[in-house]
Amino acid sequence: MGRPDLEAEPALVIRKTVRFLDQRTGDAPLLRKLLRYLFPDHWSFLLGEVALYSFITLVLTGTYLALFYNDSTKQITYHGPYAPLRGQRMSEAYHSVLDISTSVRAGLLIRQTHHWAADVFVAAILLHLLRVFFTGAYRKPRELTYVLGLAMLMISLLEGYLGYSLADDLLSGMGLAIGYAVAVSLPLIGANLAELIWNGPFPGTDAFFSRMYIAHVFLIPGLIGMLLVAHLGLVALKHHTQFKSEPRQTERKLVGVPTFPGQTPRSLGLFLVTAGVLFLLGGLAQINPIWLWGPYHTYLSTNGAQPDWYLGWLIGGLRLVPSFDLTIGHYTLVPNPFWGGALFPLVVFGFLLFWPQLERRFITHDYGYHNLLDRPRDAPLRTAIGLGVFIWVALVFVAGGVDRVTVMFDVDYVTMIWIFRVAIWVVPVLVGLIAYRVCVELQQGEEAKRVRKRAEHRAKALAETTDIA
Amino acid sequence: MSRARDFLVSAATLLVGRGRPTLPERERIIPDKPGRPGWELVAVALFALGALAAIAFPVVYGLAEDIPHETQFLGLSVGLAFVLIGAGLVVTGKHLIVTEEIEEDYPAQEHPEEQELLVQVVEESGSRLTRKRLFLLSLGGAGAALGAALVTPVVSLGPVFRVAPLLGTPWRRGRRLVDENGRPWKASDIDEQTFYTAFPEGADKEDLGASVVLVRLPQSRFRLPPALAHYPAEGIVAYSKICTHAGCAISLYRTPMFDPTDPKPALVCPCHYSTFDPADGGSVLFGPAGRKLPMLPLQVDGSGTLRAAGNFDEAIGPSWWGVRIWKPNPPS
Repeated sequence: MGRPDLEAEPALVIRKTVRFLDQRTGDAPLLRKLLRYLFPDHWSFLLGEVALYSFITLVLTGTYLALFYNDSTKQITYHGPYAPLRGQRMSEAYHSVLDISTSVRAGLLIRQTHHWAADVFVAAILLHLLRVFFTGAYRKPRELTYVLGLAMLMISLLEGYLGYSLADDLLSGMGLAIGYAVAVSLPLIGANLAELIWNGPFPGTDAFFSRMYIAHVFLIPGLIGMLLVAHLGLVALKHHTQFKSEPRQTERKLVGVPTFPGQTPRSLGLFLVTAGVLFLLGGLAQINPIWLWGPYHTYLSTNGAQPDWYLGWLIGGLRLVPSFDLTIGHYTLVPNPFWGGALFPLVVFGFLLFWPQLERRFITHDYGYHNLLDRPRDAPLRTAIGLGVFIWVALVFVAGGVDRVTVMFDVDYVTMIWIFRVAIWVVPVLVGLIAYRVCVELQQGEEAKRVRKRAEHRAKALAETTDIA
Repeated sequence: MSRARDFLVSAATLLVGRGRPTLPERERIIPDKPGRPGWELVAVALFALGALAAIAFPVVYGLAEDIPHETQFLGLSVGLAFVLIGAGLVVTGKHLIVTEEIEEDYPAQEHPEEQELLVQVVEESGSRLTRKRLFLLSLGGAGAALGAALVTPVVSLGPVFRVAPLLGTPWRRGRRLVDENGRPWKASDIDEQTFYTAFPEGADKEDLGASVVLVRLPQSRFRLPPALAHYPAEGIVAYSKICTHAGCAISLYRTPMFDPTDPKPALVCPCHYSTFDPADGGSVLFGPAGRKLPMLPLQVDGSGTLRAAGNFDEAIGPSWWGVRIWKPNPPS
């Protein structure tokens, strides 16, 4: 053969590269560790990865959009290619997003992909959170990882809200008005805080849009990026948790596939498939057609306005709260939007944040280390309470969209709201009780099976001995 | 000719041949398990299809002017390219690369020796200090002061401790009501069963205190409290268009089609369905709003044009801590 060098010293290029890098950076020991880091194999561990890959897609598509976006609220008249809006007064911000959608080649694809990626990003984080919660993955020593993840979820909601507010279409403006109302409703500081953020009373000034813009494209993504590094760093330092799917997996022994070669092509593949699906959605499934909504003015609104799915629970919260302000004499103290728009998410995130301590203190009294994951049935009380809270939030989320049911099926809106006002307190309790029962039954079923097997085994052994006898 | 043939043969061998260079004997790290060669072809096919899809992207981009559904085809090509190449990598990971399931110890739960060392280092570092508490207090105080100094410029962001801007509206006694294009509304323009949007003449329409909804009600419907009895003019009432709940514009007007069974007229905000009664001064009929809709006193001048007879009876827009729930004032 004509390639004797290959035979004498196999994989010469690889060897040369490895040597070059090690001599200049001393990376070989570190890389050796990294390449042999173990990933336990379970599909549910991929949810966090999907969130990560959506985030990368968001940064890339968002960078492209930023090259065309204009954050000015100066009012101009539209003369562009979209005929129905010609002659309308609109902000330069809305105009630039219209241009991205109609005039920039591939602009609409990138914009819609960005929007889909945001929706998938938050969905993946939420599913990842549910997996972590119901398997007890947040337990010692991984409480910090969990808290960082929660922080990222909270910031991501704000990031998404800012993103679709920047378009300055009719729905964005209505969303901002609601955000403003929630901000001014905060006890004591509300009015001042809102005036600081908006640079005056709603709708604020030009400065407000440049603030949203810098927050959306730099401050918050930067923060998410830093939290992400810390989150993944902590995961790596303490290694992954694992389900006990085979006997050799214990609290001390981790069984998994190494980063290289096993995990790398799979993760890379998942990244590409995630990005691909997002681009397919961005190209084929219309999302937020802002040219249909038209420009925002404070005196305009539209029926059937819905936010992106991840803010639906807040709309539901705002809609379900009955007419009630905290007042003293002729003065309002805490206005209504505070209950559904601020207190409700605060309670939900507070529950998630303090749950690990609450569980340890009042339920399990378990201060030990845990590398093995629970199945939901292994911790019936956690499963019951977690499911109850989840159903509570999910019902409020659904209540945020019942006006669509009124429009489509002509069911009375007021009746439905009253049903939900009751159901959100009754159904979670019922679901929690049923979940608890199911978990206990499953546990007992397993125990019964174990006992039976043991008895059969013994009976068989006994039969054999009597045979011999 | 024969050289060309040799070249072709060797090129083909290099391209499709599955021969591996023989490695010198050494212990393998990754165990050698026989795979199924078919998967290699599957991966190659996926990569090739992915490359084709990727190549289609610039082609569609270049032809964008000439083809309909440009966005759909662009998304299809780049999306499929990603998915196909990704699928090729997944096939690689699942079937071409030896998947080892390795055991490994979890890292130590803690490192007592290092912990002890750290504690000792920190404790001994301050051994020269005689007034430790005073020292730490002054250092902390200095840090806090510096932090406060650095945060001060935040105040420049907007007005502070001044809620007056939230209360101001452009409405004054005598100001004409105009439509979106600046044409004055005449009382005779306002019909029953529908609603109109009006602005103060010459004011900024975006101001939350500017826009109002106009509704005409038959006299029999009115149930205004005495203090608001003179607010309507010729059966026309005006309310702030901005919902007192969350600041959205009120853009729904519910009117009964059949009086005996249908609910009474109401102004509805589409954001959270706060529902206000235009017949009794804007009280809340349903929904989350905690405060009634601000009412604007009206008058009709000699030419039949609608004018404001004063300012709203309530603070406009969403409520805040300390906002006064105004008692209705006489408009004069």
